[in-house]
Amino acid sequence: MKEETGHHNCCAHHGHHHELVIAGLSVCYRDILALSGVSMATSCGNRVALIGPNGAGKSTLLKAIAGLVPKSSGEIRWRGTSVKKWSREFAYLPQREEVDWSFPITVRGLVEMGRYPQTGWWRKFSEADTRAVDAALDSLNLSDLQGRQIRELSGGQQQRAFLARALAQEAHVLLLDEPFTGLDRNAAMLLGELLAKLAKDGRLIIASHHDLVSAHSLFDEVLVLSTKQLAFGAVAETLTPQLISETFAI
Amino acid sequence: MIEELLASPFYQRALAAAAFIGFTNGFFSGFVVLRRNALSVSALSHTMLPGIAVGILITGVLSQWNAFFGAMFAALLVGLGSVAVARGKRVAEGTSLAVLYTAAFAAGVAILPKLDTRSELEHWLFGDILAVGNTDLWIAFSIGSVILLATNLLMRPLLLTLFEPNVAAAQGVPVRAMQYLLFGMLVLALVSSLQAVGCVLSVGLLVTPAATISLLTDKTSALFWGGGLIGGVGSVAAVMMSGPLGLPPGPAIVILLGLLFILAYLFGPKYGLLSPKFFRKTRP
Repeated sequence: MKEETGHHNCCAHHGHHHELVIAGLSVCYRDILALSGVSMATSCGNRVALIGPNGAGKSTLLKAIAGLVPKSSGEIRWRGTSVKKWSREFAYLPQREEVDWSFPITVRGLVEMGRYPQTGWWRKFSEADTRAVDAALDSLNLSDLQGRQIRELSGGQQQRAFLARALAQEAHVLLLDEPFTGLDRNAAMLLGELLAKLAKDGRLIIASHHDLVSAHSLFDEVLVLSTKQLAFGAVAETLTPQLISETFAI
Repeated sequence: MIEELLASPFYQRALAAAAFIGFTNGFFSGFVVLRRNALSVSALSHTMLPGIAVGILITGVLSQWNAFFGAMFAALLVGLGSVAVARGKRVAEGTSLAVLYTAAFAAGVAILPKLDTRSELEHWLFGDILAVGNTDLWIAFSIGSVILLATNLLMRPLLLTLFEPNVAAAQGVPVRAMQYLLFGMLVLALVSSLQAVGCVLSVGLLVTPAATISLLTDKTSALFWGGGLIGGVGSVAAVMMSGPLGLPPGPAIVILLGLLFILAYLFGPKYGLLSPKFFRKTRP
């Protein structure tokens, strides 16, 4: 992934780090506390896994960072400024079952949607927009599949199509909800390599994940959740057998 | 004989109305297909009948505007009513919608013959495009312009809303307003199609064109423009063929559009049941 969008200047290229800080974040759905007391700081170049049992609030945390659900309290700061609702530099990639795969849209059409935040509701696609879409498709090896309807892709290709949309959007922070679920071993390996490459290029990857074993090789940092935050840190030090048995009650 | 017909103003008006209404409804059918709510559109169209009847009853005159407000009111009442009933959790929303719309439709059928209007019940149920007047034509044209203008100006936020409402909301798209707008335009499109095909058949015009296109292409924009083209050309062709074939024009429109759908289903080059490509893909 070279400088495919032309003006993507992330930390890998200029040596200083863009920091994401979450301070005391809580989310309530009506009266139910879905997430409380999440505080962490990380920077781009990292891959962060969100780990915890079902209903622990992993998806909620991703959606709260992406601005899809309102925060009840706490703050999210990106590159020193507080993110009130939504940042164009954040891209959310939904869980597979939340996507309407039969929607009559091609891969290219989906990636073009990533440009809407830049173009607004009316402006025509400029040459730069078209270049960004082409580059995003190209860097995820989707150029040959760009005319396909999104349901006609394999699971791994579908993940890549949404990643391409995030690249076209020029997002720095990629928020992925269970990206490895439902992928066969080969596709999972490819996606793992891809996320590593994206992180190396200076993007921050945050993904919910359910497999404790593969978390070690796929991620750099881990946030362990069970409605409240239990731990946060480098994967090897944080995912101790004791914490795992407490979190999952095994 | 055709030249004679084409020279007569009522026939010219019928063809113009078929073209406007067919195109507008065909274009809008793209949204109906994307929202996957064809069945509730069917319920909505039946619901309009009592709304129109009551509109006439209250105001004493039949105009497209009375029809529109009556239809809108009835559609809202039944739509929201079914949601409210379903909230009680004893009855599913589809069930309560079915109960309420059939009851409303029955009320419409009962009230309409008692009204002192020239037109027959049949006119409302199945349309009467040959009776279109100049005013009707202008109204169909205005409704068409409003719908085409609004949907084209707001195409991006509308598509975002339909594809991923939560992401759209995060990006600042007023999702709720977009949904109301779609609902309002749906009722407008239904009202404009009353004249051509009547309330029972209006769903055909508001679903079939884009459904046919969706069998032929994956391009989202083609769904709208292609749907408009099929709707417009199909409606005009059906009106012209209905005379020689001795068919009423309203049903002829819906029959022709249905036949085109079946043709696309069977012979579509990419997804058609009988296309070689499809065979290769499903049976490797």
